Amino acid sequence: MTTTLQTPHATDHLDVLESHALFILREVVAECERPVLLFSGGKDSAVLLHLAAKAFAPQQLPFPVLHIDTGQNFDEVLDFRDRAVEVAGARLIVAKVQDTIDQGKVADPGLLGSRNRLQTVTLLDAINDNKFDAAFGGARRDEDKARAKERILSFRDAFGQWDPRQQRPELWQLYQGKVNPGEHVRAFPLSDWTELDVWQYIGREKMDLPSIYFAHERDVISRDGMWLAVGAFVEPNPDEEVVRKMVRFRTVGDANCTGAVISNANTLDAIIEEVAIANVSERGATRGDDKFSETAMEDRKREGYF
Amino acid sequence: MELATKDLLRLATIGSVDDGKSTLIGRLLVDTRQLFDDQLDAVAAASEKRGIGDLDLSFVTDGLRAEREQGITIDVAYRYATTPTRKFIIADCPGHVTYTRNMATGASTADLALVVLDVASGLKEQTRRHLCIAALLGVRSVIVAVNKMDAVDWSELAFERVVDQIATVSRELGFSSSLTIPVSALLGDNVVEASLNTPWYEGPTVLEALEASEAGSWETAQGARLPVQWVLRQNGGGRTYAGMVSGEAFHVGDAVTLLPAGVQTTIRAINFGGVPRPEATVGLAADLDLADETDAGRGDLIATAPLPTVTKEFEATICWFGEQPFSVGGQRLRLKHTTKSTPVRVQAIKGLIDIESLKVVDATSFTTNQIGLATLVTADALVVDDYREDRVTGSFVLIDEVTNATVAAGMVGHATFL
Repeated sequence: MTTTLQTPHATDHLDVLESHALFILREVVAECERPVLLFSGGKDSAVLLHLAAKAFAPQQLPFPVLHIDTGQNFDEVLDFRDRAVEVAGARLIVAKVQDTIDQGKVADPGLLGSRNRLQTVTLLDAINDNKFDAAFGGARRDEDKARAKERILSFRDAFGQWDPRQQRPELWQLYQGKVNPGEHVRAFPLSDWTELDVWQYIGREKMDLPSIYFAHERDVISRDGMWLAVGAFVEPNPDEEVVRKMVRFRTVGDANCTGAVISNANTLDAIIEEVAIANVSERGATRGDDKFSETAMEDRKREGYF
Repeated sequence: MELATKDLLRLATIGSVDDGKSTLIGRLLVDTRQLFDDQLDAVAAASEKRGIGDLDLSFVTDGLRAEREQGITIDVAYRYATTPTRKFIIADCPGHVTYTRNMATGASTADLALVVLDVASGLKEQTRRHLCIAALLGVRSVIVAVNKMDAVDWSELAFERVVDQIATVSRELGFSSSLTIPVSALLGDNVVEASLNTPWYEGPTVLEALEASEAGSWETAQGARLPVQWVLRQNGGGRTYAGMVSGEAFHVGDAVTLLPAGVQTTIRAINFGGVPRPEATVGLAADLDLADETDAGRGDLIATAPLPTVTKEFEATICWFGEQPFSVGGQRLRLKHTTKSTPVRVQAIKGLIDIESLKVVDATSFTTNQIGLATLVTADALVVDDYREDRVTGSFVLIDEVTNATVAAGMVGHATFL
């Protein structure tokens, strides 16, 4: 074999996090029968897909990619989804919240209503229908106080529920994904990454992302302390003034509950710098779905949410 | 802006319930400005809602509904802090004996234990238990925050009394370093800012001590180890063996042995994410290309000399979390060691560890949260090192065959203090 060898770089915190994530991805694929990777098109799931490709290179991904489509996406995110899945050579499964609504399993919140909580039913149906026993997610423990408590391999019972009081002990790196039929595990390879780690890694790997993460001009309204993008899923009320601002998105969720932040950061370097000095958390700044109650995330996770 | 390369230190907080572990971590995060404004606002709102008034710093890590209602920590919270040169992963562990399994979860990956105890009550049995488990799990250095100094009027005498207790137990358990610091987590003295109330204390604050402590994996006299996780088929026909390196680094050209088969070969190439490298350092999720054709698969181990032991019977230290007792002829168990799973049975119970005397006492079974020594026999051969030599090849878990629950943490061999 004649290949030029790279100079080994010193082991820094990103190397440690990266190798840990590759280890988790391989371990779950080896231990579980039918894994799947949950992909939203956001930066965390983009990093997860990138890591999955690395873990199994030069082979194809040994699992499909599942997108829970609320029907309230940003177009730029759907474009990115299709691009990223093609680059990774992955098989894409799309499960639509609209189908769950049409089947009468959940009430229709109307065109402008939030479908955030309804996704859980669509997700659990997709896991059940495809007999998945493991689902990779890009959730990080620094995002929320309930997530800070969750194991890297997190057990879900036959109803898809998380029981925070009865988590399996998780010793060393002996990840244990065995489940009985109908149960599954969620696996979170990015558990120990912070928002800044994710951005530094994206910068280091020169990764592709949806364009809405970078500063751009957009018509927005101010609602509930957030800047919401005016579009198909957000219509200004009579008392709301539409203004044009230079904004970017710090997280990517549904268009009607994901706020933009005022920013001029239009390069990865500028974003890393902005994130490093931020004084509001990414979910606090941009996510309406977490603001319902003190334990909004815990309550949704117990039901089987991401 | 300086966003330099950082190293990574994993630490776990340990100690008895109500001695102030979560409050100390909350204080550390608040005073180093690791918390965002909205997170701080949420802690203030939650404190007010429960009539606690000001700011209950334990709410920074006690994030579950039940924890806030009961005012105790149930499970480990992971929090992150960075300084210019270091990233910290903090596992804030529960103190209550019922949740020992969760404390062990947090401590099993820690390089360092941050021990919190109440100066007025000193070293409680539960703190001794946690120190003992941390020592068994291979935590080698401890920083001891002697908390609630404000409640004893910053008495040097009260502090010194606890220092003596800590020194004794540290010596018994064989910690390589232990540092004792008088603090008030509630008021912030000696956590991040040096206290004006303890002029008699000249040592570092908790933050200074954390920044100065040594990070990273153990020094080992054993060889390099790679438990095979997954076989990667290469373009053009070859196969490489993927896994995470422990012990020492592998280099291209190293003579290696594939175990348990005992096949000797050399490393032809090392890859990471499909890209060749000259070496695979400890902790790297690499894949190795071997010079000779082998039938290696998941559960095998690639090693350099000195080689680990191939065995089906060994003595181990067991932390038992199961609800039924652990005994000869007990429930059906499976053992997961590195990337291998095999049926296992208990050959003999050697004894229980008495937390007070740190001696092994006679017993025929262990109940929940007890720790002891046992001889295990496995169906398939394992490739093991003593736990004190290698935390990866020396550790295992026991799994209930019926429920798939993890019911024990196990370590090959036993600690020198026993």
